[in-house]
Amino acid sequence: MQHNSLAQLEIPVVMGNHLEELPDDLFIPPNALEIFLETFSGPLDLLLYLIRKDDIDILDLDISKITDQYLEYIELMDSLKFELAADYLVMAATLAEIKSRLMLPKESFEDEEEDPRAALIKRLQEYKRFKTVSEKIAILPRVDRDFFIASAKVPKLQESLLKEESEINITDLFTSVVEVLNRPNYKNSHLIDFEELSTKERIQILLDILNNKNIISFSKTLRKPEGKKGVVVTLLASLELAKDGYIELIQNKSEELFIKSVRGI
Amino acid sequence: MEHKVINSVEALLFGSGRPIRLSEIKSILENTGLSVELSEIKRAINDLEMRYEGTSLKVTEVASGYRLQIKEDHGHILSALWNEKAPRVSKALMETISIIAYKQPVTRGDIEDIRGITVSTRIIRSLLERNWIKVSGFKDAPGRPALYSTTKEFLDDLDMKNISDLPDLPDPIEANEIGIEDQVISQAI
Repeated sequence: MQHNSLAQLEIPVVMGNHLEELPDDLFIPPNALEIFLETFSGPLDLLLYLIRKDDIDILDLDISKITDQYLEYIELMDSLKFELAADYLVMAATLAEIKSRLMLPKESFEDEEEDPRAALIKRLQEYKRFKTVSEKIAILPRVDRDFFIASAKVPKLQESLLKEESEINITDLFTSVVEVLNRPNYKNSHLIDFEELSTKERIQILLDILNNKNIISFSKTLRKPEGKKGVVVTLLASLELAKDGYIELIQNKSEELFIKSVRGI
Repeated sequence: MEHKVINSVEALLFGSGRPIRLSEIKSILENTGLSVELSEIKRAINDLEMRYEGTSLKVTEVASGYRLQIKEDHGHILSALWNEKAPRVSKALMETISIIAYKQPVTRGDIEDIRGITVSTRIIRSLLERNWIKVSGFKDAPGRPALYSTTKEFLDDLDMKNISDLPDLPDPIEANEIGIEDQVISQAI
C-alpha cells in the first residue's frame, strides 16, 4: 500500500475522520521515516510532543484525542516504511487498549480499580524526567566540542609505525641511505661492445709474423693505437699459442719478453 | 626549588594531554629525583591557576585528575582551526546515557522500559566506544543481562569531577510542567 505523494499525505484520513491539517511545526516529507525516527527518539517522545502541542498537562491526558492523533502519525509512517518502527505499533496498541477500556460503561469498573491511563501517565512522567535532563546534559560544555584540552603531548602514531621505528638504529639508517644513493648506478645501462680486438685474429697475426722471423720481442708485435687492450690481446694470444706448444715464451734479465717459434724443431 | 616544582607540574600537565592525578605527579617527580609532598603539588597547581589568570589556559579538576585546558571562550577559534565538528550526538543517545547516569547500574531492559523503545546495539556500542559507559557487572536475572555504568571519562568529557555535578533529575511533578525552554528545543529540532 504505497501512497507516497504529497497530496495524499496532506489530508490523511484516520478512522473515518478527515484530519484538519498536518502539524505545521513538523514537516514530514514522503519516504522520510528515517527523519521521523530521528525527530522522535521513541513513541513516548511522540506522545509527549502531541501532548505539548495541545498545551495540556500530562495528568489531564485525553486518551481518545491523543490516540487519534497518535494513529494519524502511525498512518503517515505506515505509508512510509513501517517495519522499522515496531515500538510505535506497540504504543498504538496500548493506546487503543486504554481507550477501549475507558469507553466501557463505568459500572463495569470496580471501585478500587485504577484509572486505565495511570500506567501510561506514569511512564510518560518517568520518561519526561530523563528526556528533560538529557536535553540539559546535551548542552553542557563538552570536550572537543565546546572546550579543548591544552596539550603538548607527542601525537599518537599508528602502532605499526611506532613498532617499525623502534627497530631502526642509526647503522640501519645509514646502510639504507647508502643503498638508496647507490641505487641509480644499478640502473645505468650497460652496453656490450663487439670485441674490437679478437684473440683468434691475433693468434693468426702472431703466427704470420713467426713465419718470417723465428724470434721476435713481444713489444715489437704491439701496435700503438691499440693501447692497453692490444697488449692484453697479444699476451692472451701468446699464452694460447704457448699452451698449445706452437711457441716458446722466453724472458731474460732484460725483462723483455721474446716469442720464439718452435715450429722449426 | 619551589619554582622548579611548579614548572615540573606544569610540564606534566601540559605534556600529558590527559587528566593526571596528584599521586601520579608525585611518583613521577620522585622517580626523576624531585621529592615532593602531595600538598606541595596541590599548592603548585594553585599557583598555576593564578599564573593562568588572564590567559587562554586554565587548570581544571575532573573525575580522572587535573588537566590543562583551553578556556571555553576560545573553543570556537579552535573549531575553526581544525575545521571539523565533534561527532553529533543523537537525542536517543543522550537519553540513553542520561538514564544510565542517573539509574546506574542498569540493563538494556531498564533503559527500554523508560524510553519505551528498543535500545539499538548501535547506541550501546557508540557509548562503549566513546568510553562513556562500561559493563560493570551482570544482573542476576534470566539471560544474565549486562549492567551498564558511566565511566570517569564521561565525567571528564563533560568537565565534571563527580556524578553529582550532573544537573538534578527533575521530580516527576516538575517534569509535568512544560517549560518554554523545552518547547524551544523541540522547535529547534
